[in-house]
Amino acid sequence: MAFGPFLLLALMEGLVTAAVLSLAAVGLSLVFGVMRVVNVAHGEFFMLGAVIAWFVSTMVPGPAWLAFAAALIVAPVLVAALAAMVDGLVLKRLSYNPEATILATIGVMYMIQQAALSYYGPDARPVLAPFSWRLQLPWFGYSGYKLFVVLAAGLVLLAVWLGLTRSKAGLVMRATQVDREVAQAFGINVGLVYRGVFALGAGLAALGAVLYVPISQAHYLMGHDPLLLSFIVVIIGGLGSLRGTLVAALVIGLSDGVISMFFSPTLAKILATLLVGLVLVFRPQGLFGAKE
Amino acid sequence: MLELKGIRAGYGAVTVLQGVDFTAKSGEVTCIMGRNGAGKTTLLKTIMGLVAPRAGEITLEGAVISGLPAHQVPGRGLAWVPQGRRLFGPLTVAENLEIGGLLGGHKPQVKERVLELFPRLRERLNQQASTLSGGEQQMLAIARGLCLEPKVLLLDEPTEGLQPSMIALIRDSVLQLKATGVAVVLVEQRVEAVLQMADQVAFMAQGAIRAMVVAQQLSPNAPEFAEFVGV
Repeated sequence: MAFGPFLLLALMEGLVTAAVLSLAAVGLSLVFGVMRVVNVAHGEFFMLGAVIAWFVSTMVPGPAWLAFAAALIVAPVLVAALAAMVDGLVLKRLSYNPEATILATIGVMYMIQQAALSYYGPDARPVLAPFSWRLQLPWFGYSGYKLFVVLAAGLVLLAVWLGLTRSKAGLVMRATQVDREVAQAFGINVGLVYRGVFALGAGLAALGAVLYVPISQAHYLMGHDPLLLSFIVVIIGGLGSLRGTLVAALVIGLSDGVISMFFSPTLAKILATLLVGLVLVFRPQGLFGAKE
Repeated sequence: MLELKGIRAGYGAVTVLQGVDFTAKSGEVTCIMGRNGAGKTTLLKTIMGLVAPRAGEITLEGAVISGLPAHQVPGRGLAWVPQGRRLFGPLTVAENLEIGGLLGGHKPQVKERVLELFPRLRERLNQQASTLSGGEQQMLAIARGLCLEPKVLLLDEPTEGLQPSMIALIRDSVLQLKATGVAVVLVEQRVEAVLQMADQVAFMAQGAIRAMVVAQQLSPNAPEFAEFVGV
């Protein structure tokens, strides 16, 4: 294949990575931005989304699109409910102390992972894509489903952005992010906001996983990469900055696609981690984060 | 109206308030004066439920409000304008006012009344709060509190760091509020401002109110100012 079409293919692959990554990373960024909690279990919420999608796909009879549509609803809702429980049983009891919650979410990470190993097993299992349409370009054919993933992620992110900037709930979340104490003094139930944000963050990760699993497989250890890449994205973009997270997800996703195809996926990860190091040294608040 | 009986409160192992008794009446300005660390800000935070009292009782119009979760206190008719303004800086002026009006259902007439009191904010509605001048930020902090339509307004050092024209504006606003029947509790360090606004002055030291004086009985050279404020 000539260089041009090969580059186009790499960019398209990168765009798919960026789409899934941005969903996972926005969730992580929201949780840190509003709650100041570094959620190390975020990757496991992603994994659970994929695993639940597999369970739903085996339980819902009929065409693949029906099972997929059911998984798109069931997985984020169940994962969000689990996250709300984690908030109530763990994070709230630690008064959202930043250091304590890091340790606690490491514990939650292992609990979810080992529960998945026990009840789902060690095998990687496929989930069928809802349709098998292909886009035929002059140089190569490309999965129509992957393009759907990009479109769906774009729509979800647009909805999140509109929700944050145009709705009353978004206003309340932004106010809580700025000053938790003053927010309470204006009648905002900060505990409820935190629970909602933690559930939303986990639900977004699960949604990303449901979209991702038909082009990958569901596996109990699949949460590691999204967690690492999400941290890379939110550190580069600026913790708590939605705009920064989206831009960084695009940069990391596209560079991951291009470098992985032209060189190797390992080199892509090395360069992304190097970029994080540079950002932490020269602009610790991230490219779009506000200086504290 | 607002009554505190034997309030003890603090942070961790430290008890800051050592039994505060205090009353604020509607249509009156009650000033609280005292040196740094006397417990003035902790007192306001305790009234708002942000610091849980360890003993004592706070009532508003006879109903006990101490022990309520902090987010339920403003709904009972209390608004707090914190020291240093503490606006929601990245939000616009309009959004800050909207947060203020969350509990009241965003009544347009309330917002209109507040903007009449501080007309300069009307020109800045779409401006980010953090980009306002110090005086405008203080106006917004008070306006945000007034959107709650409070029965009691707690103001923590509202004139701190402001130029004289702004101090006069804040003073006039406080007096207007007083005339509408709002009970104003004002933490203030400027003697001149206190004498212009206050009906009664509570002098705090070491976490308790040591003297309660009718403002008319105080002059700028009153010994209480030297003893409790150090001026």
